[in-house]
Amino acid sequence: MARRSLLPAVAVAAGLALSTGTPAQTARDYISIVGSSTVYPFTTTVAERFGRGGRFRTPKVESTGTGGGIKLFCNGVGVQHPDIVNASRRIKPSEVEACTKNGVKEIVEIKIGYDGLTLSRSRKGTPMKLTRRDVFLALAKEIPDPAKPGALIPNPHRTWRDVNPTLPAERIEVLGPPPTSGTRDSFVELVMEPGCSAFEWIRKLKDSEENRFRRICHTLREDGVYVEAGENDNLIVQKLGANPNAVGIFGYSFLEENEDRLRGLALDGVVPTYESIADGSYPASRALYIYVKKAHVGVIPGLREFIAEYVSDRALGEEGYLADKGLVPPMDGERDRIRADALALANLKL
Amino acid sequence: MSEEGKPVRRPRTPRETQELVERSLRRRYGAERRFRAYGLCAVILGIAFVAFLFATILAQGVSVFRQAYVQLDVFYDPEVIDPSGTRREDDLRLADYEALVRTALRAEFPGIEGRRDVRQLTRLVSSGAAHELQRRVLANPGLVGQRERVWLLASADVDLLLKGEIARDEIGEEGRLSEEQLAWIDTLRERGRLELRFNRTFFVNGDSREPEQAGVRGAVMGSFFTLLLTLILSFPIGVAAAVYLEEFAPRNRWTDLIEVNINNLAAVPSIVFGLLGLAVFIGFFGLPRSAPLVGALVLTLLTLPTIIIAARAALKAVPPSIRDAALAMGASPIQTVVHHVLPLAMPGILTGTIIGMARALGETAPLLMIGMVAFIVDVPSGFTDPATALPVQIFLWSDSPERGFVERTSGAIIVLLAFLIVMNTAAVLLRRRFERRW
Repeated sequence: MARRSLLPAVAVAAGLALSTGTPAQTARDYISIVGSSTVYPFTTTVAERFGRGGRFRTPKVESTGTGGGIKLFCNGVGVQHPDIVNASRRIKPSEVEACTKNGVKEIVEIKIGYDGLTLSRSRKGTPMKLTRRDVFLALAKEIPDPAKPGALIPNPHRTWRDVNPTLPAERIEVLGPPPTSGTRDSFVELVMEPGCSAFEWIRKLKDSEENRFRRICHTLREDGVYVEAGENDNLIVQKLGANPNAVGIFGYSFLEENEDRLRGLALDGVVPTYESIADGSYPASRALYIYVKKAHVGVIPGLREFIAEYVSDRALGEEGYLADKGLVPPMDGERDRIRADALALANLKL
Repeated sequence: MSEEGKPVRRPRTPRETQELVERSLRRRYGAERRFRAYGLCAVILGIAFVAFLFATILAQGVSVFRQAYVQLDVFYDPEVIDPSGTRREDDLRLADYEALVRTALRAEFPGIEGRRDVRQLTRLVSSGAAHELQRRVLANPGLVGQRERVWLLASADVDLLLKGEIARDEIGEEGRLSEEQLAWIDTLRERGRLELRFNRTFFVNGDSREPEQAGVRGAVMGSFFTLLLTLILSFPIGVAAAVYLEEFAPRNRWTDLIEVNINNLAAVPSIVFGLLGLAVFIGFFGLPRSAPLVGALVLTLLTLPTIIIAARAALKAVPPSIRDAALAMGASPIQTVVHHVLPLAMPGILTGTIIGMARALGETAPLLMIGMVAFIVDVPSGFTDPATALPVQIFLWSDSPERGFVERTSGAIIVLLAFLIVMNTAAVLLRRRFERRW
């Protein structure tokens, strides 16, 4: 029977696999990158082009989220630790401290550009001009009582007209990211917080009672008006297409990729476009960064060249390939400064 | 029938009895039919869900097997790719192949001048086209100075337009394709220079940020290496454990405890195995992140309980008379097991193994922790190369902003489903072919 000889064969193969499978952890000939899923599309594009050049292997890019990525990055120096981390926010002093404690003393910060946070709607729906105050009044769980200053009432608004008489009388229906998402953090920070600061007494709370301030500004409605649509922004885009009255919250790259179906809503009078995000006039935009471990430059082949590719005009220029992917690169003067710092491997200054 | 509250029983006539029995029979037959109908409904509902799933995925994904290509007359201009005339490989590698594509496109539309128009024209062709020309020249340096008519990848927007994913009337000021580009596309189609052809790229390429260049090969190879190693590790360990527990182990509190724990392990959520793998294999043993080796070790932990349980059931199903007969004929216990019991139990064991492997093929969660959720362009060629797996590739594509990835996602799901169907069919066939009833 042939089946009878199967067992020894498998056993031998297992032995072989185990003996040859011992890894060579002494060297790594490709760059290892971890971090934010927002920066992932941009870094992967650079990585692919870089690998095409043929001189070095294509870097490996993991999508772990900013916080998780920085943790891995700060775990230590050596080939088993990543060389670069993508971040959709600036590194925190506490994280730098953790880095230093593990021997990661020199970090190079490169600001690669901006990502606009957009409120968008199907082209079939009516265009609206919102202010951040409107968005706060539409989405906060509790809003200031118009009758009694200093008191809060559960959000009673059902239509946009309830929020602001100049807006259409359409049901408020907003699809956005869940609390685990970095996009949600940015939305709360860039839109909700300024929106609730439009109320004088709440703004004053920021200094006196910060926790209360955060609770008022950061808590979104849970009565079905704000729908947590999951981490997948494509899903929100599809749902917007099916429902012209709904408004979706996601990054500018998704709006740009679907301009034929969706329309970005003006926020505080500014429509999200490439130009308005780059020059900072669009209010809800955030900076994106990558951080490089200086101790790995010269150890991991191609790391210096990869940084050079990332900040080159081909990639980061106004007509570079990252702009095609929806990244809004820094404007000319700032870009030159960033490039000079990156190429000189200037240390991070907080 | 009652009088003054007192039931008076009189014997039933035979006719009444018969009616009673017939009525009860009707009721019982009715219950029987309803019961069958419920079962049938359940099956139909299940099939409807599966059919719906398959139909949506096929409807979205079947177009991935065809891809827009543009046919161009390319002149491998020595001035551009090899100005020094040395044919050195490094020179050929770094040459500006995009210039060749641009020249070929402009030769197709001689009237086009101006930076903006030329840019728009080159956008019709994928950035992978230059890469394809580079590949051709490196494979055959004799091409330099020659002319060749080649089919090159069109850009994702052209592909979506040809497949009807972008509607023509939606094209305007804000649209994805300009009026001029539309006119050029129409001209190319009339000349037979632009058409949907079999999408080879999808099967030979690794991952890419450009949907038209992205393929499943990297993910399939990653899954292959991971599963191969998982099989090599988990099959012998699982079978050995099952044989010992079933054939040799004494029945006592310890073996009971082991049995309970194996059953528990089978129910542990897979992310826990990922965390374990991260702590033990990567943290303690220092194995590389993102490698099929670590993925296989984690998936081995995951599939072992399934294999052990299936193998024990298969061994238990071999009647004791076989063992008794072998022992009575003078076979040693090991001969009894290896020559008689194992071969008879093998179909059941293999079925269990294949089902375990199919589960391992579909796992994403544990791979997340050990770094296999990553962008990897180079197709892995060994157990320690960075790799990803098919379900992870599906997850990554589904989250990409580019519209072309919607179709790729469904395409990758179709590939994964095809593998699963093949494996499960193999399991069924093995059982049919070799199973023995006692």
